[in-house]
Amino acid sequence: MKSKTIKVDYLARVEGEGALLVKIKGQQVTDVKLKIFEPPRFFEAFLRGRKFHEVPDITARICGICPIAYQMSACHAIEDAFGIKITGPIRDLRRLIYCGEWIESHALHVYLLHAPDFLGYEDAIRMAKDHPDDVKRGLRLKKAGNEIVRLLGGREIHPINVRVGGFYKVPDKKEFSALAEELKWARDAALATVRWVATFVFPEFDRDYEFVALRHPDEYPFNEGRLVSNKGLDIAVREYDQNFIEDHVSHSNSLQSRLKERNSYFVGPQARYSLNFDKLSPMAQEAARSAGLGPVCRNPFQSIIVRSVEIVYACDEALRLIEQYQRPDQPAVNVEPRVSTGYGCTEAPRGICYHRYRLDDRGLIVDAKIVPPTSQNLKTIEGDLWQFVQTHLLIQKDKLQWQCEQAVRNYDPCISCATHFLKLHIEPE
Amino acid sequence: MALRKPKLAVWKFSSCDGCQLSLLDCEDELLAVADAVEIANFPEASRAVVKGPYDLSLVEGSITTPHDAERIHGIRRASKFLVTIGACATAGGIQALRNFKDVKEFISIVYARPDYIETLKKSTPITDHVFVDFELRGCPINKYQLVEVLSAFLNGRKPNTPPHSVCVECKQRGTVCVMVAHGTPCLGPVTQVGCGALCPAYMRGCYGCFGPKETPNTAALSAWWSGMGVSERDLMRAYRGFNAYAEPFRKESEAHEK
Repeated sequence: MKSKTIKVDYLARVEGEGALLVKIKGQQVTDVKLKIFEPPRFFEAFLRGRKFHEVPDITARICGICPIAYQMSACHAIEDAFGIKITGPIRDLRRLIYCGEWIESHALHVYLLHAPDFLGYEDAIRMAKDHPDDVKRGLRLKKAGNEIVRLLGGREIHPINVRVGGFYKVPDKKEFSALAEELKWARDAALATVRWVATFVFPEFDRDYEFVALRHPDEYPFNEGRLVSNKGLDIAVREYDQNFIEDHVSHSNSLQSRLKERNSYFVGPQARYSLNFDKLSPMAQEAARSAGLGPVCRNPFQSIIVRSVEIVYACDEALRLIEQYQRPDQPAVNVEPRVSTGYGCTEAPRGICYHRYRLDDRGLIVDAKIVPPTSQNLKTIEGDLWQFVQTHLLIQKDKLQWQCEQAVRNYDPCISCATHFLKLHIEPE
Repeated sequence: MALRKPKLAVWKFSSCDGCQLSLLDCEDELLAVADAVEIANFPEASRAVVKGPYDLSLVEGSITTPHDAERIHGIRRASKFLVTIGACATAGGIQALRNFKDVKEFISIVYARPDYIETLKKSTPITDHVFVDFELRGCPINKYQLVEVLSAFLNGRKPNTPPHSVCVECKQRGTVCVMVAHGTPCLGPVTQVGCGALCPAYMRGCYGCFGPKETPNTAALSAWWSGMGVSERDLMRAYRGFNAYAEPFRKESEAHEK
């Protein structure tokens, strides 16, 4: 029987080192492996014995693309352990810096990593020769997101201003005036982005996913809420470990997460959007509708539209937060260590990022658990590839391989995070 | 005949991807850089791969697996100049904290099936394995210093990246000393500049992400910290951060380890 293999030794336009292997025998897909060969870095191990105030700075180093996500989840988990709840302007500033990271990370993925797949370019630099205005708009949009992070965090990558209890220093309202002007441009550019990506051709694809995201009664989720799904999950963050499990499989340096009761699930922009459409701002909802999206989106190839809608939302929300900002008297609230376990889960650009810390009376970490978004999506990505390849067997191999890579990039996987991801090998038997 | 554009390659080892992201974060300079060089290998940004040899290789990340310890030699052989970028590549990174412990214990803490994991006992900088033409410090690197290094190597000159301490830059930008004025412990006196003296400007002590300055007097700084009431264990932890395995910081942390 004729067999073939699709093999990608080093997946490009993803963060980190992964490979893909799909085996096909006759008319049947026989194996799909997303291999993660990014070497392990053992964050959970060397966090033991570190002081609580070091944790946001250390865990930021898990990922250079979404350090804010790690800082936010770490702070919320430790504050949960110490019995602190952050409210008012400090809470708003955390939401604002997260808007910055979503804009920066989503613009990077939409323009530099994903759009070249739809338009048939190896990369955005080559795409820029034919589409210079689009690429320039993407870069400026990305820069606007980075400007928020830089202003509040000190620098774009591994910001230095986030601490347990708040910030080291908070800005005056007048420091936001130049940024607000640029964000007004960025919001228009984000609307233009939605219009642009809506013109792309999307493969027909649909699966009955279980979407998992935070849900908050009053707002589109960043830092707080309950963990909910479209199949009945509705739990507090501290019940995460009772509902989710991580498996270690031989082909991966990442752990793969699944729901104990139902198996694989889907986190990230599409899950957030499909579970929280009603919480988007009217402008973001209107942008989604005009791009032809309903309140639920189940085609992962359309994730690029959802990501663009989230950029609109993040710009809109950032402008709202800046408008109402009043400088707090203190940049942070006081924290007192106590023997306790704390849980935190926030919405990283790629989906929920869960942290759990056990601390002693001196505020030293006794035990840490960190679950990044990408390791939660690995089983779902492999599932997509099984179905996609099976229903597209007649496509020419080179094109099929590219589309398999694209199917992986739908999830904006961050392998660096997950290793603590993936390689397309379509291998002949 | 048109001159051939220099070939630039970007390579990744164990890291968070933040330093190579710095190149994509040069939003205003990226298309100009891409015009001046041929991006021959940069998987984070492109599917296209051009074979070596390469005029300039940027290497991010530390060596932590037997496979990577082999791979770096091939990259060195294919590269006219090899520049390491970031604390992982120049000092082993935060993952070098394993170097002070038993890595087997680390694996069993994180992974249910330790037998699936292949790793070396130590996380080491690139310079421990091959000759390195220039090391660009930082966790993360400063993107303007990166553009300076690219420009320097492509034009055959030495990069201008000062080796002095963070203190000098605090004075230049007029930041009040957090240690003198507020009694906040700060690694600025022994840490190389490059970040723009950020932390003191945000009312916190420097935590050493650019690694040791040239000829740092860590013992004198530790004595100051002790005088401010900092415990031996906290001193050890302070040096044991993102550049823990850089020699001056490693030795100083060991001096305070009981």
